[in-house]
Amino acid sequence: MAWPSVPILKEGDVLIASIQSALTDVDLVALRDALVKQVSTYRTRGVIVDVTALDVVDSFASRTLRDLAHMIRLRGARTVIVGIQPEVAFAMVQLGLTLEDIPTALDLEEGMAFLGAR
Amino acid sequence: MSSQDVDVDTRDVQVAVARSEDVVDARQQGRNLAISLGFTSSEATLIAAVISELARNIVKYAGHGQIIMRSGPDGMLFVIARDNGPGIADVRAALRPAFSTSGGLGLGLAGVRRIADQFEIVSDSGGTTVTLGKRRR
Repeated sequence: MAWPSVPILKEGDVLIASIQSALTDVDLVALRDALVKQVSTYRTRGVIVDVTALDVVDSFASRTLRDLAHMIRLRGARTVIVGIQPEVAFAMVQLGLTLEDIPTALDLEEGMAFLGAR
Repeated sequence: MSSQDVDVDTRDVQVAVARSEDVVDARQQGRNLAISLGFTSSEATLIAAVISELARNIVKYAGHGQIIMRSGPDGMLFVIARDNGPGIADVRAALRPAFSTSGGLGLGLAGVRRIADQFEIVSDSGGTTVTLGKRRR
């Protein structure tokens, strides 16, 4: 498994995955699986995925982020996606891609506030 | 001429696509080319996303192929995705919105075509070539 391409930090009862560079499809699926698993290991209540460094969110990436958030919700925690860049948002809208009901926030700080993290 | 034959110019950017890493490489080179041709960062990201979709289709359906990118007249950027895979059985059906043979994971060719200024697809049992032109605004 290609690991660890995305560092996952624990901050109180929140897990923070900070994507550092462009990710392959394989990396994205590995991140999804790692977060879904680690929710229970650390008794997490919230997960933040920081996508600031993602170069592109295409159909696979948006699908995988949605799946990740839905799986984590089924595990009893909440997910917020932070750091979608303006040009990435532009491209997603042009292509008709959405994150559906997944909460988003401007940056890490806003994401922590959204989750009510201490 | 079979569908996979494309005359490649030495000024073209050409990326061999067979693995997940190649998809990232192709889209990043596409973005760089778009920026160098004067596309805005947003347009370049849109082009990169479309290249990502086309390159993923190559990996998924054909196993391997190429993404060729070139600048054309009047601020056009062309992206050519070609492979020697099995071809698309029903191209007309594949261009319908919401068409998928693999569980609806991708954007589909219709989604790619929607944002293109020029679009052409040639597919037969010798492979598939998708040519997409995007004009600088």
